[in-house]
Amino acid sequence: MKFKLTFWRVVFIVIMGLGLYSTLIRFFYGLGAVSNMSDQFPWGLWIGFDLLCGVMLAAGGFCIVGAVYLFNVERLHSVVRPAVLTAFLGYCLFIVGLLFDLGRPWYIWHQLIYMNPHSVMFEVGICVMSYTTVLFFEFLPNVFERFNLKTPIKWIQKIYPVLIILGILLSTLHQSSLGALYLIMPSKLHPFWYTPALPFLFFGSAIAVGLAMTIFESTQSAKAFGRHLELPVLVELGGALLVALWVNALLRFEDYFHRGLLGQIVKPSYEAYFLWLELTLAFVIPITLLSFKKVRLSPGGLYLASVCTVLGFITNRLNVSVIGFETYAGHHYLPKWTEFSVTLMIVAAGFALFGLAVKYLPIFPEVRVPVKPRLRSETGPAVSTPVLGHAGD
Amino acid sequence: MSKALLYDSTICIGCKQCESACAQQNKLPYDDKVAAEPVQSAHKFTVVLTKDDKFMRRICMHCEHPACASVCPVGAMHKTKEGPVVYDVWKCIGCRYCMVACAFAQPKYEWQSLNPRIRKCIMCPDRVVAGKQTACAEICPTGATKFGERDDLIKEARDRIRQNPANYVPRIYGLNEVGGTSVLILSSMNVEEYGYPASAKIGDTPIPEYTGRVMEKVPDFIPVWTLVLGGIYWVSHRRQEVAAAEAEEKKNGSAT
Repeated sequence: MKFKLTFWRVVFIVIMGLGLYSTLIRFFYGLGAVSNMSDQFPWGLWIGFDLLCGVMLAAGGFCIVGAVYLFNVERLHSVVRPAVLTAFLGYCLFIVGLLFDLGRPWYIWHQLIYMNPHSVMFEVGICVMSYTTVLFFEFLPNVFERFNLKTPIKWIQKIYPVLIILGILLSTLHQSSLGALYLIMPSKLHPFWYTPALPFLFFGSAIAVGLAMTIFESTQSAKAFGRHLELPVLVELGGALLVALWVNALLRFEDYFHRGLLGQIVKPSYEAYFLWLELTLAFVIPITLLSFKKVRLSPGGLYLASVCTVLGFITNRLNVSVIGFETYAGHHYLPKWTEFSVTLMIVAAGFALFGLAVKYLPIFPEVRVPVKPRLRSETGPAVSTPVLGHAGD
Repeated sequence: MSKALLYDSTICIGCKQCESACAQQNKLPYDDKVAAEPVQSAHKFTVVLTKDDKFMRRICMHCEHPACASVCPVGAMHKTKEGPVVYDVWKCIGCRYCMVACAFAQPKYEWQSLNPRIRKCIMCPDRVVAGKQTACAEICPTGATKFGERDDLIKEARDRIRQNPANYVPRIYGLNEVGGTSVLILSSMNVEEYGYPASAKIGDTPIPEYTGRVMEKVPDFIPVWTLVLGGIYWVSHRRQEVAAAEAEEKKNGSAT
């Protein structure tokens, strides 16, 4: 096949090149050279985005699997495979990200032998390892199907109920535990984000983001791979998203109300600006949008609402992990460009692998025909997906 | 009985001999340049701060219930029964959770290293086990840093405050903070002015309890949640089976 240099491919290559440079800096000169982390700011972008956001964005896997296999919502069946794929890739890449952030990544297996059951980090580690394994098995049927291997599919089908229940159990545990990680710092994290309810808030928002991400990636892949958009599925997800957002919003309100912070959060301050940004993106815009039936039934409206939700909760995770510490640390932390480039490289690799998987595996069963060439003008908000859709050409 | 250090800033003359003894004990470089550094770091475990003509030492507090030890996923930190909170470098994976968890911001990191370690005062555990004082206490010319049994030191600190109330802020910092620490501080000024976290802010609750309250529920949560999920799965699939069977029956019924 002939390799054509399109705009998005150039972007992809540049991202990968810079990422590779940063990787070399990281592993030949150390964390101090590659990042702006310091003794005052021991956790930076890689924990805030790669870990917290990465795991949250991959929550669609357990949400959709739960809806379809646990609650028998058959209508969502067509989004199970892309959701599981996203989750599997997300967790693999998050583990790659962790290898950058850990100071001594070659000892990561110590988790398995020197266990400290009191540590939330230990729980997260074990759950993530186990859940990635579960996702691997949930993903395997795609590969078996591709090569027409019937027997192993049957084996997987036999253990499927166990995989489903185990997957949801592990997800519940570690999605909430990521919030519990921050419970240890009552005197450091800003009260806007430090609350005993953190585990609940993290779990609740993971479900909302899981639904939003599924809408986002369905719309995106419809554009990128020339699939037809399954609007009824998206409408169903949009309705669920609205409910999930309301539940989350009520939880947040309750939390601020009980801790007597309602007066403080409306007063302008450095933290308040970021909180407002977070609340507007995560709640105000998507809830308003989705409350209109007309929006809830339109692909564009659903897309916009889900993108806002995702951005809002990304802001939330970064507030918890970065903004909420700045007052305590006494200085602002802005990641070095090399930190950004490693994160970008990992995200871009995720898009590329997703594209490759869709191309070579029966992720969207109806897409059997080769991807039809796309028009340049179609790109629009599709950001890097188009390139990546062709990344394997 | 566990050992502790009592630091009385009113007796301290700011000679920084504790800094150099500490560096020597831990095989760290120490020269005029390091001596002038007013912060703790991976190569400076203790620092004597100067404000006006008063001094204050900063050092790992060796909490009775150390947050660093409770959060470490591989258990690389632990509190020994003698008092010191020590670090097993060979276990460490470098996640830096201890650094974020510590209320006193004591663990520091070798940011420039390719195989970085967490560094902090470990209260000379070898010397303590051997029945000797810590290096800093031994060298202190005025007794500002005193080594001994924690209970005895608390008694002594109380006596000093009682005998000389004008000299002291009437409290022992570290007595109850975060559940008590093995380093106790007496001072004529509020220790907060030297960067120590305010007592009111960190509270008397041992820090590990904040996550412990959640973690202790996990062993119960796992079986309960598994049962709930399994139950939902069973119910919804049973429903499906029944619906299928009924449909089948209807079909057969209408056929006959």
